[in-house]
Amino acid sequence: MNELMLGLFAGIIFGFLLQRGGVLRFDRQVGALLFADMTIVKFMLSAVMVGSVGFQLLADQNVLVFSHKAMNVGAVLVGGLLYGLGWAVAGYCPGTALGALGEGRWTALFVIAGMLVGAALYAEAYPVFTETVLAWKDFGKIALPQTIRASPWQCIAALWGAGIVTFVWCEYKGV
Amino acid sequence: MAAKVHLRWRPYVTGALAGLLAIGSAYATTKLVGKTRYLGCSTTYVRAAGLIEREFCPARVRANAYFQKEKPMVDWQFMLVCGIFVGALAGALIGREFEWEAVPPLWFKRFGPRIYKRAFGGFLGGAVAMFGARLADGCPSGHGLSGLMQLSVSGLAAFAAFFAGGVLMARRLYGKGNGRE
Repeated sequence: MNELMLGLFAGIIFGFLLQRGGVLRFDRQVGALLFADMTIVKFMLSAVMVGSVGFQLLADQNVLVFSHKAMNVGAVLVGGLLYGLGWAVAGYCPGTALGALGEGRWTALFVIAGMLVGAALYAEAYPVFTETVLAWKDFGKIALPQTIRASPWQCIAALWGAGIVTFVWCEYKGV
Repeated sequence: MAAKVHLRWRPYVTGALAGLLAIGSAYATTKLVGKTRYLGCSTTYVRAAGLIEREFCPARVRANAYFQKEKPMVDWQFMLVCGIFVGALAGALIGREFEWEAVPPLWFKRFGPRIYKRAFGGFLGGAVAMFGARLADGCPSGHGLSGLMQLSVSGLAAFAAFFAGGVLMARRLYGKGNGRE
């Protein structure tokens, strides 16, 4: 099958699951940031817990080669914080904005337009950032197991532990 | 299928299925195309912005270093993002949750019914969020889902930074406990 068709196919399933999971709503996204409705956290952590096991099994069989993003301190911290500040106002992330539009939340169009402008602005600002924020400290494409000297499966066990504690807390609090 | 699952368990079940999708998709692209593709969304906005900008000032796009790194083109992830729209539309129609809505309830409660306010806030928030996502080299899909699934240090750090920034702004804007249904 063609690469683009594979992408479209995966996207349709992803969008369907996001919608059925109730993850696409503005109120759910902001609700998670207010610790009032943890639907998206439950969705994300469940996906990560299941995905991490499958990824590791495939990597152990040498089927997959991981593609870590660089742990560039300035990029991840400044960019991540900036992302969060905008996210709380927009109420959608880049993926869920398209999904929300599919659900009929048509003002997501403005969020999508803003995101396109933000991407274009970053393309303009990129040379400045490569010499400043991006040049602060780059640890490169590092993985957690090697960094903390643990086995991948120990890290996955810790991830599952943290996930389950979060789930129990959410259900106990009723959020 | 997922529609029959009790509301309370829906995010867990659909989330776990999304985990299986991430595995299946990485496996399928590796086996069928020879290139492993991990779920992600925000690079597509760069490519789309480049494609649009190219219509107006092609020379500027050609000369831009960032558009050379993330080329303006339709690729696997671009189709994934388009697919999200289609899948969400299908899910909303099947589950009878499709609804034309301009102003989300929580925004309504805080900022009122005016559409232009929501449009302006959405646009500005979207621009800042995407600027940050590109600086961080990923959004909650690329860093949050794919990064954490691979146990990337950057995924963990970005996930924490996304939520730190988000919690800070959400509390300022909507106040503590306002989001409770």
